[in-house]
Amino acid sequence: MRRWTVALPLAVFFVLVGFFIWRLDLMEHGDMPNIIPSVMINKPVPNFDLPPLLLDKAGLKSSDLRGQVTLVNFFASWCIPCREEHPLLNGIGEKVRLVGIVYKDTPEQARAYLTRLGDPYKALGIINSNLDPKDPKSQVGIDFGVTGVPESFLVDKQGVIRFKQIGPFTPTDIKTKLLPLVAELNK
Amino acid sequence: MIAKKLFAAIVLMAVAVGPAWAVQPNEMLKDPKLEGRARELSKDLRCLVCQNESIDDSDADLAHDLRVLLRQRLQAGDTDAQAKQYLVDRYGDYVLLKPPFKTSTLVLWLGPFAFLLVGAGIAAAYYRRRTATAVAADPAVAPLSEAESRRLAALLEDDKKS
Repeated sequence: MRRWTVALPLAVFFVLVGFFIWRLDLMEHGDMPNIIPSVMINKPVPNFDLPPLLLDKAGLKSSDLRGQVTLVNFFASWCIPCREEHPLLNGIGEKVRLVGIVYKDTPEQARAYLTRLGDPYKALGIINSNLDPKDPKSQVGIDFGVTGVPESFLVDKQGVIRFKQIGPFTPTDIKTKLLPLVAELNK
Repeated sequence: MIAKKLFAAIVLMAVAVGPAWAVQPNEMLKDPKLEGRARELSKDLRCLVCQNESIDDSDADLAHDLRVLLRQRLQAGDTDAQAKQYLVDRYGDYVLLKPPFKTSTLVLWLGPFAFLLVGAGIAAAYYRRRTATAVAADPAVAPLSEAESRRLAALLEDDKKS
């Protein structure tokens, strides 16, 4: 009895070390503790109707998200991780219908951003850059539970949110998380 | 003399500089009662960007938006609970700085008490064993041997007789 209690603190120490290594390893694989699981998963998309960003491309409203699997990408021209993600979005169009929502940005700057980096979106809505408590159009980001950009929501054919990506997609995220889910939802 | 003046100056500066509030004057409601409720509520709501600050303390854009929306809900006649629920519906329990007591948070709320109980148990067992070994080892408090018991009984008998 006596003998093993002496080793107890050391045992506790190694259990803790093991725990920390395990957590660090999870972080290495993208499981960050500061990423908050969304409560919007498995809920229908909030109701919204956003004006178009471009003259020759439709705006975005919630009813557009029914009928086919769609990836809704929130982005802004001032957002550096969005730029990092953009080349990946340019290549994703054949695999899933991609629509965009411009978040806290001016139309001019958002247009310039797309002219420079390419426009992979099938439809583009814009949220007024300043929140107006009387204008529901300015609150679409909050209705989606967006905390920053980029954030993306995968919506199934019934208009239900099935997956949320917080922060930019990496090629691995697209290959291991997004595309398998798209294939499953398309069945 | 100079040191005294300098000290006075420092004290004055410390007193004159108030805390820097994140809440901007143009966000505040005209009704002081509603504004008071909004302030109290927003102290318990987490800024989703900075994560360890309340929206009352945070300068982040999103915190500003949430403050404005919260005030609008209160003006529209929401109770405190309804206004909180509005944000919980969008951002989850995480938006509350004080997590609610429910099945998924049982470990969080009761864990410390469980650890306290385990610790108390270990301490009690330790002290009980230590007393037991001390008694066994100390000749002064060791139980009487058979001869001693007999001698004691005889002495007590003598005592009664006399």
